[in-house]
Amino acid sequence: MTLLKVNGTVVDVPPEYTLLQACEAAGAEVPRFCYHERLSIAGNCRMCLVELKGSPKPVASCAWAVRDCRPGPNGEPPEVNTRTKPVKKAREGVMEFLLINHPLDCPICDQGGECDLQDQAMAYGIDHNRYAENKRAVEDKYIGPLVKTSMNRCIHCTRCVRFSAEVAGVPELGATGRGEDMEITTYLESAMSSELQGNVIDLCPVGALTSKPYAFQARPWELVKTETIDAMDAVGSAIRVDTRGREVMRILPRLNEAVNEEWISDKTRFIWDGLRTQRLDRPYLRGANGRLEPASWTAAFGAIASAVRGKQGARIGAIAGDLATAEEMFALKALMHALGSQNIDCRQDGSTLDPAFGRASYVFNPTIAGIDSADAILIVGSDPRHEASVLNARIRKRWRKAELPIGLVGAPVDLTYRYEHIGAGPESLAQLASGEHSFAKVLRAAKRPIVIVGQGALARADGPAVLALAAAIARDGDRDAGWNGLAVLHTAAGRVGGLDVGFVPAAGAHSAIDMVREAGAGALDVLFLLGADEIDTAALGNAFVVYIGSHGDAGAERANVILPGAAYTEKSGTLVNTEGRVQRLRRAAFPPGDAREDWAILRALSDVLGHRLPFDSFGELRARMVAAHPHLGVEDGVVLHGPGALEALSVSKAKLGKAAFGNPIRDFYFTNAIARASAVMAECSALAAGRLAEAAE
Amino acid sequence: MLADKDRIFRNLYGRHDWRLAGARSRGSWDGTKQILERGRDGIIDEVKKSGLRGRGGAGFPTGLKWSFMPKNSDGRPHYLVVNADESEPGTCKDREIMRNDPHLLLEGCLIAGFSMAAHTAYIYIRGEFLHEAHRVQQAIDEAYEARLIGKDNVHGWDFDIFLHRGAGAYICGEETALLESLEGKKGLPRLKPPFPANVGLWGNPTTVSNVESVAVAPDIMRRGGAWFASIGRPNNTGTKLFCISGHVNKPCTVEEAMGVPLRELIETHCGGVRGGWDNLLAVIPGGASVPLLPAEQCQNLPMDFDALRELKSGLGTAAVIVMDKSTDVIKAIARLAYFYKHESCGQCTPCREGTGWMWRVLSRMVRGEAHKREIDMLLEVTYQIEGHTICALGDAAAWPIQGLIRHFRPVIERRIDEFTARAKDDFVLEAAE
Repeated sequence: MTLLKVNGTVVDVPPEYTLLQACEAAGAEVPRFCYHERLSIAGNCRMCLVELKGSPKPVASCAWAVRDCRPGPNGEPPEVNTRTKPVKKAREGVMEFLLINHPLDCPICDQGGECDLQDQAMAYGIDHNRYAENKRAVEDKYIGPLVKTSMNRCIHCTRCVRFSAEVAGVPELGATGRGEDMEITTYLESAMSSELQGNVIDLCPVGALTSKPYAFQARPWELVKTETIDAMDAVGSAIRVDTRGREVMRILPRLNEAVNEEWISDKTRFIWDGLRTQRLDRPYLRGANGRLEPASWTAAFGAIASAVRGKQGARIGAIAGDLATAEEMFALKALMHALGSQNIDCRQDGSTLDPAFGRASYVFNPTIAGIDSADAILIVGSDPRHEASVLNARIRKRWRKAELPIGLVGAPVDLTYRYEHIGAGPESLAQLASGEHSFAKVLRAAKRPIVIVGQGALARADGPAVLALAAAIARDGDRDAGWNGLAVLHTAAGRVGGLDVGFVPAAGAHSAIDMVREAGAGALDVLFLLGADEIDTAALGNAFVVYIGSHGDAGAERANVILPGAAYTEKSGTLVNTEGRVQRLRRAAFPPGDAREDWAILRALSDVLGHRLPFDSFGELRARMVAAHPHLGVEDGVVLHGPGALEALSVSKAKLGKAAFGNPIRDFYFTNAIARASAVMAECSALAAGRLAEAAE
Repeated sequence: MLADKDRIFRNLYGRHDWRLAGARSRGSWDGTKQILERGRDGIIDEVKKSGLRGRGGAGFPTGLKWSFMPKNSDGRPHYLVVNADESEPGTCKDREIMRNDPHLLLEGCLIAGFSMAAHTAYIYIRGEFLHEAHRVQQAIDEAYEARLIGKDNVHGWDFDIFLHRGAGAYICGEETALLESLEGKKGLPRLKPPFPANVGLWGNPTTVSNVESVAVAPDIMRRGGAWFASIGRPNNTGTKLFCISGHVNKPCTVEEAMGVPLRELIETHCGGVRGGWDNLLAVIPGGASVPLLPAEQCQNLPMDFDALRELKSGLGTAAVIVMDKSTDVIKAIARLAYFYKHESCGQCTPCREGTGWMWRVLSRMVRGEAHKREIDMLLEVTYQIEGHTICALGDAAAWPIQGLIRHFRPVIERRIDEFTARAKDDFVLEAAE
């Protein structure tokens, strides 16, 4: 630690701190534009100038390390001043330079009200304009359907350039030209292809890069902000949902160092237009003519009651979708048990993960933050860039920090970092386990390796064998004490919660795939779909299908009865992310029309079916769930499982297949019903498909 | 006047053979092995004793700079980078060296490189110097062939010299921008610290030196630091290439002793100012980036670092730009302002935005189309840029304008008055039409 005097007070800070960090530690605020904690230091805006005693010129505090300061002649700590007149004058000078070519179009700028330049001009701006010349005019650039540019406003801080090169790993933005002709562009005005590109909107300190779908929609001070959790993937990114009235206007990331730091994927950010379209806002009943007709809740419930009446429990089933909360699945499980059915499953993709092997067998044991300290990574049957973009950025961050050996078994894809492609399928994995492959040595020698197993390796018949093999690779070697490197990467936000509450068939009962097959064969009479759209709905035969969900998608199209539910922004609930982190959804808006929160629908339905569920409020439901599964009561809690917890997996007797590992995500922008209803996602998807076709040529 | 025996650049005008044989006949590559045998510290001490100050413009003591390189290698290679990106307007000294005496530079590279334990030197040459690049490359090939450099050479110190051609950006003459450019990136100056001696080319210890500083090293070693220090004034020692251009009868590049009076320099070597000494208006003594000096300050002006510094100007690259009384001095400085606006890299705010602002105001002042209060505003803008930027280009852009306002404010005011008077008539006429 080093002593430093800031504005007369002595602080003790680590020597690797920059002066800017040291000043903040001393409580002195330093304005900045180009500096960002998670990006490399550019030092180009010159707004953070401070006075350093002994230096003839003011220094850029963001780029000057505490260890570079020289002590006074008698060994006094170096002195930094942030409030003196020269400092103020220097900053005012920089501010004036920034503003001379800035269009000052705040009234029509979407950044207005949350603009760094606006805010700092309040402190360092002068009240009149000395610049009598014409302002610079810069042509706006097309950089894709998500980010709108207004390049007159650009102050050339290069945060966006550094983000795309460093964090996103897709260096598509750059600066052309020199001096005042410098322009930020994708050069050929092609759309950015990164799935994290939306973050440049947050990074841009001015209104040069703003959200295209949100353009001119709302002002920040009109919006009600609700802090909740994202449900687009199983990472559980912390988000803030901004609503005006009952409509979601935009989605922004929140800080959560343990999960998403401050990034979110484009699907998370731009999904909100999908929350308005294709909504199920009233119950529907399939009439005698085979068409879905609007109906009352009573009529819908009545139809379900008559369909269920007299049916054996074994001929009834329920499948939960990817966005279902733990509470809903807990309630649906209780209802199904009451109806005498054990046919419940939350694994609509056919995944073979089984809670019987213990919780360590289906969560991301090393935790997402644990990636930062990993010393080797093996990816099995997964494309983390598209299954969990933010998590992939974390791997890239670790890879950039220092050499990190990464191996991949599965389809070779562009992950934004270098990796060794070991093979395509289970045989390569077996080679790793037996030590035949050279990468096995790396894994064996690693102290903190992570073996990421994706759904592409698990949603297949030999899934249990693959998982057992991966666990063995993760376990065998000279590991740090307590390190459990088996990391199951989920793609569905509700999956871990479903496995936690045991929404899986009991022994002898039907799994999701079986249920679809049995229904097709006429052996299953009634099937409840709790937002399940990813199954083969065309294969359900003559079964009576009850669809509870928010969007008119595949499930609703096949349904006999539709009960309109709430989307993830419209309900409270518990989602457990891929690490097993218990997170709470908070309601930001109300479901449209007659739609209701899903737990309430289940509670009301249970009454009609004659098996009233024992709770009358959401609080009671959650209390019952927590009583049955105490770990779900700890918000933001992660229960860590040591390497010993993997022992249970080694008993698996399944045989390895030969087929190559597939990739569960065919289209990143279309992974759930909400995304499929979004016009923005459709545009992104079309662009991505175009890129793919171009690459194939 | 510098005695012929004290000249270092004996083929400055290309009258003799520039190739290895010619260079050898002038003493190059003579006893280089013995020089290297004096060891790293021996060479650096001799250069320090000579009082040589960097010839690139800033005048930093060369021996001291070379001594900043780590004494013991931590496993990283050391690099010598020779800054041959001579782009300062008015400057044409390195070009003459590379064109007519390239072996001076190559021998200097070996000696300087050895003194900093570098096995590799890069010569970053300005892109426009096509002819010079060919010459230097041929000289390098000759030196390799004669095993003066390269692996297992006759001097016993493995040494490679690579020539790299720039693409013609002025900013790439800034040492860290040069390193960026050499690494294949956009030539944007780096933040300092860390300094190149710690983290330079590809993150390795690097020293960037000017061509002239490196090229004089062999003679200093052969003839002794004391000889070099005996020329000129204390703290401003040795010989220096002066490039005199502008309104003189015979513009030239000439080697002279440091501290030579400006008038002697011009009248002895350049045939005097056009129209006589009294026709002198002003002089820019050290290349485009130093403030100009009016004629009255040039009467008994010794041309060296400290004397010019006292007059708030600088020796810079010793490129003397002479302006006689026919010069529109505002226009001349406005042209320089345009140069800096055009060459600003655009990385940091004050320079990116300020250089354009200054140029626009100045070009109005050329026509007189300005307010008198804008003169002070312009001066304030120069102070807002100076010292607030990453590299010295911001300073270099500000200084000429500060010099102009310091010495020629009445000229600007008169121009404004003339314009205002005329503008009124124009206005009335236009309205009457």
